[in-house]
Amino acid sequence: MDRFVWSSGLLEINETLVIQQRGVRLYDGEEKGKMDVGILLLSTHRLLWRDHKNHDCCIAMPLSQIVLFEEQAGGIGKSAKIVVHLHPAPSNKEPGPYQTSKYSYIKLSFKEHGQIEFSRRLSEEMTQRRWEHMPVSQPINTSTTSQAGRTRAVGIVGIERKLEEKRKEMDKNISEAFEDLSKLMEKAKEMVELSRSIASKIKDKQGDITEDETIRFKSYLLSMGIANPVTRETHGSGTHYHMQLAKQLGEILLAPLEEQGGMMALTEVYCLVNRARGMELLSPEDLVNACKMFEALKLPLRLRIFDSGVMVIQLQSHSEEEMIASALDNVSEKGSLTSEEFAKLLGLSVLLSKERLLLAEKMGHLCRDDSVEGLRFYPNLF
Amino acid sequence: MSFEWPWQYNFPPFFTLQPNVNTRQKQLTAWCSLALSYCRHQKLYTLDVMEAQESPVFNNKKIQRKLSTDTIQVIFEELRKKGNLEWIDKNKTRCLIMWRRPEEWGKIIYQWVSKNGMTNSVFTLYELSNGDDTENEEFHGLEDWMLLRSLQALQLERKAEIITLDDSKGVKFF
Repeated sequence: MDRFVWSSGLLEINETLVIQQRGVRLYDGEEKGKMDVGILLLSTHRLLWRDHKNHDCCIAMPLSQIVLFEEQAGGIGKSAKIVVHLHPAPSNKEPGPYQTSKYSYIKLSFKEHGQIEFSRRLSEEMTQRRWEHMPVSQPINTSTTSQAGRTRAVGIVGIERKLEEKRKEMDKNISEAFEDLSKLMEKAKEMVELSRSIASKIKDKQGDITEDETIRFKSYLLSMGIANPVTRETHGSGTHYHMQLAKQLGEILLAPLEEQGGMMALTEVYCLVNRARGMELLSPEDLVNACKMFEALKLPLRLRIFDSGVMVIQLQSHSEEEMIASALDNVSEKGSLTSEEFAKLLGLSVLLSKERLLLAEKMGHLCRDDSVEGLRFYPNLF
Repeated sequence: MSFEWPWQYNFPPFFTLQPNVNTRQKQLTAWCSLALSYCRHQKLYTLDVMEAQESPVFNNKKIQRKLSTDTIQVIFEELRKKGNLEWIDKNKTRCLIMWRRPEEWGKIIYQWVSKNGMTNSVFTLYELSNGDDTENEEFHGLEDWMLLRSLQALQLERKAEIITLDDSKGVKFF
């Protein structure tokens, strides 16, 4: 017990608390100490003990003093204990509760259990030996050993320490940077809320806004990307940008559509258009919005959404009945077809060919055969 | 006489429950009539769902297609709605198949009775279903529960009355 020194119980910088356990009595070797029951604390650097009645009475011992420890199971009337074997005390040790001790080991008696977890944590700390490469600045700094304790950049430990510091720096920088971003997001949310409330006010024609200003404000909203609130749902609305885009698409897509048999999946259109543009790429949302305006602008293209959710662009002249009739012919000719075979036959993508077969089934021209072999379509003989 | 399978039996889509409503309707109708005629041919009066899945009706080994239990349940439900099927247990594992409804059986039995001028006479149930006289009749071999129901149907029409004899039941025709 003479390895302990009086302590304020405060943790140093870089020292963190690992686990604490109350109801622990300290034994000097086999003898019960003059200490009562108290709280045992394990930190990355030290083992501390505080009297549970008198909080000022606190002692500590560096973990480096520990050679090894072992558990001693409790019995009837006896609590479980951890026996800690210690190095001899350094000669320049600060004053503690015991000046001398004839034992080189102490016992920690866990009157309120907790020894399993404590010994686990203690063994973790003993393995990691964090006190060796995490320098603690000791406020009462008189002995030279603490100076030596300040780790210098030597060896692997030093390298590890530098890496750790670098990582911490990076971490700090990133979180600082994102701090601004999250602030920006908050402001943006407020702005959106504001514009939405004003837009709704315009809608209800409440508030003192003149006709002129209403129109001006509407145009601001449009340029910001919020469509006219009143007619947002109707088909003809949309921003100027989308209209222009739709006209442009109408010109670009005619040739590829003819080639592909009058129908293309929207994903293919997206890839095609963006590849052609090179710069100033379109976002998927812009593309969809532009496509929705085809009909309003009287362009010869149509956006079509199937039951399954697949979206395609097709020529207006493209007749679905013809397609289905020809699909029926193909299937009857071959007896039965899977969507892969159909795709190969027509040179379509598998997705589109499946859609066509499903449509034909919906109209009653085909029926399905679903088995372990896969999904096949037959002419509907029912 | 071997059973004649309808054309649908060899048509693979017949064994997949069709999503298209109209097609499904036609499919189920075909299945119902197939199931009933098969049971009539084999003189089956009860069916067990597990066994049914392996029976040649619902399992065509030649084209390697068979109905899933779910589809069988759908077909059975259709039959039940039409009055041709009744579940014996709550878990829907066994059922009674009435490829002829009790009323129809009643009519046939009554026709035979009146044709042979046996109205106003009393028969035991056993006589009717297993007697020598009825050997050539369709209702020969009819299971008791079915016979009883048919006679009950006749009873409702006041064409018969079920009486209890010493240790069995009998029926009097009017």
